[in-house]
Amino acid sequence: MSMYRYDEFDHAFVASRVAEYTEQVERRMAGGITEDQFKPLRLMNGVYLQLHAYMLRVAIPYGTLDSRQMRKLAHIARTYDKGYGHFTTRQNIQYNWPALTDTPRILEELAEVEMHALQTSGNCIRNVTSDHFAGAAADELADPRPWCEILRQWSSVHPEFTYLPRKFKIALSGAAHDRAAVRVHDIGLQMRQHNGQLGFEVFVGGGLGRTPMIGKRVREFLPAEDLLAYTTAILRVYNLNGRRDNKYKARIKILVHETGLEDLRAQIEAEFERLRGGELTLPHDDVEAIHSYFAAPDLPNRSQEAIALTSQMDADPAFGAWVAQNSSAHRHPDYSCVTISLKGIGDAPGDASADQMDAVAELAERFANDELRVSHEQNLALPHVAKGDLRAVYDGLVACGLATANIGLISDIIACPGLDYCALANTRSIPVAQDIAQRFADPARAADIGPIKIKISGCINACGHHHVGHIGILGVEKKGTELFQITLGGSADENTSIGEIIGRGFEYDQLIDAVETVIETYLQLRSDPSEIFIDAYRRVGPEPFKHALYGAPKQAA
Amino acid sequence: MANVQFKAVAANRLSDGIAVWATSAPGGFRWTETWAAVAPVALDADPGEVEALEAWAAAEAGRDHVVSERLIDVARDQQGYLPTRLRERIVAAGPTVRLDLGKQAEQSTHAVAA
Repeated sequence: MSMYRYDEFDHAFVASRVAEYTEQVERRMAGGITEDQFKPLRLMNGVYLQLHAYMLRVAIPYGTLDSRQMRKLAHIARTYDKGYGHFTTRQNIQYNWPALTDTPRILEELAEVEMHALQTSGNCIRNVTSDHFAGAAADELADPRPWCEILRQWSSVHPEFTYLPRKFKIALSGAAHDRAAVRVHDIGLQMRQHNGQLGFEVFVGGGLGRTPMIGKRVREFLPAEDLLAYTTAILRVYNLNGRRDNKYKARIKILVHETGLEDLRAQIEAEFERLRGGELTLPHDDVEAIHSYFAAPDLPNRSQEAIALTSQMDADPAFGAWVAQNSSAHRHPDYSCVTISLKGIGDAPGDASADQMDAVAELAERFANDELRVSHEQNLALPHVAKGDLRAVYDGLVACGLATANIGLISDIIACPGLDYCALANTRSIPVAQDIAQRFADPARAADIGPIKIKISGCINACGHHHVGHIGILGVEKKGTELFQITLGGSADENTSIGEIIGRGFEYDQLIDAVETVIETYLQLRSDPSEIFIDAYRRVGPEPFKHALYGAPKQAA
Repeated sequence: MANVQFKAVAANRLSDGIAVWATSAPGGFRWTETWAAVAPVALDADPGEVEALEAWAAAEAGRDHVVSERLIDVARDQQGYLPTRLRERIVAAGPTVRLDLGKQAEQSTHAVAA
C-alpha cells in the first residue's frame, strides 16, 4: 500500500479541531451562538446547508484512499446518512443528509482513518487534486502524489493563506495525457524533466465558473525543490492584489487577466527571488521520506496470465468490452489501471451506495494492493490490477452493479448535484445526465460514437465543468422554468479549450433531442470513424451544428 | 407558471436541516415537516397576516429552532397548493431523481422544536 500518512502533529491537530467543532455544535444547539456566528465555523468543517438537509463534504486528498478508508465512508453513509454518497469533480465525497448534531461524531469517525473535512469550503487552499492513475499509468513521467502531499501538508491551516480573496484550487499531473484538468485550476502543475532534473511547468489563473479561463504558463520549468517557494510567491501576489471588493472578480484568474501575464509573472518572480534558497526550499531528505510513503507497490511479473487475457476476452464479449473500455495501460505490462464506472445507465453520476463502497474496498484489498482512487470525472479507480485478476475484479463489479463498460463514452457524463440537492443550482443536472445515458444506452451505438465527454452544470458556478465538455450543458432559470445552453468544443486535457455557446437554449423536453442532433451531425461529418467528436468539431467549427440545431442561417438581403 | 396567489414560509430545522414550513395553529403558527399540512396565506387576505407569519418565522430563527427561513410564492390548482418555483417544489417533495428519499418518501409530521 502506498499512501499518505498522518504524523503525530496531524493526529493531534485533527483531533483538536474535531473537539473544537463538537463544542461549537453544542453551543449552537444550546443557543449560545447565532447562525451568523456559527455558519462560518460549520463551513470550515465542510458542513453546508442544502435544500433538503445539511451536506458534509469530506476531502479525499488527491483522490487517493485505501480500503479501510473506503469502508469508513461506507459506514458513515449507512449509519448517519441514507445509504449512499456522492463522489465529486473535486475528488471529494459528499453526504447529502447528515443531521448537524451527528456531524461531530462523523468527523471523529473520519479522523480514525486519517480523513477530515477541513478546507473543503471557504477562501482557502482546497483539496489538492491529481491524476487518478498517479503512480501507475504507462504514460507517466513521475508520480505526482508526493508533491501533492507536500502541498497538502504545507497548505493545511496555512496561517497566511486561510483568508484568501477567494477559494484556491491546485491540480498536478505527472503524465503526458492530462487526466487532472490542470489548465482549469488556479495553479496547474505539469511535471516535466529538464536536463535530467525533475520539476514543473506552472500554469496560473485557470478556472471555470462564470468567467472561464485557461491557465497561462507562468513558468516553463520550476525545479521540484522550489515547489513551495514558487507556490508561496504566487499566493502572496494573489493575496495582496486579488480583488476583495467583488466576489465574482476575486479569483486569481481575474487578477491574471486584469494585470496581464508579463506584469504578474514579474511580480511572482520577484517574490520568488526573495524566497528562493530559504526555508521553503524542500530538503532532500524530507522529499525522500515523503516519496517513501508512495513507494511503488511490489508488482510481480504475471506475464502468462496477461497473455491469457485475450482469449478470456474473446470467450466472453461482455467481459471483453469491459476490459477494452474500462482498463488502460499500466507502466507494468502485466497490469492494468481499472476505472470503475459510477455511471450506470440511468444512475446518478458519482453516486455509490454503502454496499458498493464496501464491495469496491474488498476488491481493492484482494486484487489492487489496497489502493483506490476517485477521479475528477466522478468514477472510482483501481490503479494496479494484474491482468490475470481482471476477470475476478469484473465478476466482483458485476455482483455489485458497477460493471458498466462505458468509460470515456457518451454515458460517462460529469454532472453536478444540481437542483435535486444544491441550494445554489438553478436547474437540475442529474436527470439530464440520466436521460442522455438512456437515449444512448445501446452499447453498439455508444461504441460507434466513440470517445466523447459530456459535462453538465446546473448553474454558472460550473461544478459540472460544462465549459470543458466536448458537449457542455449549462442550466439556467428563465421565467421560472429550466432552460439549457449547449456549448461545444470544450476540453480539459493537455489541449484545453473552452466550449462555445452554440445558440439559444433548449427547454428540458427539447434538450435530449438537441444533444442527439449534435451527435448525429458529428456522425455524418466525421472524416472516418477514427475521428473523434472533439477533433471533428475542431476541424469543422460550430456552423454545421448550428445549422442542424437551428436551421439554415438567414441570408443577408 | 401559475400566478402567485399565496405566500408561505419555508425553513430548515436547525438540528438536522430538514425542510419545514410554517402553518397556522391555535393562537399563532407552528412548524410542519409536511407540505400538505401547510395552509398558505392568501395575498388578498388581511395584509397583516403575511407580516405576522414572517415575524413569527424570524422569531423562531432567533430562538434557534430553524435556519434559512424564507417567504415563498405559492399557487393553487386542482391538485392543491404548490410552490411556484421548481426549487421550492423540490424542497417540498424531495430529489426528483430519488423518489425513495425526502418528503415524497416520508409523510409523517413532527413538531420542529418543543
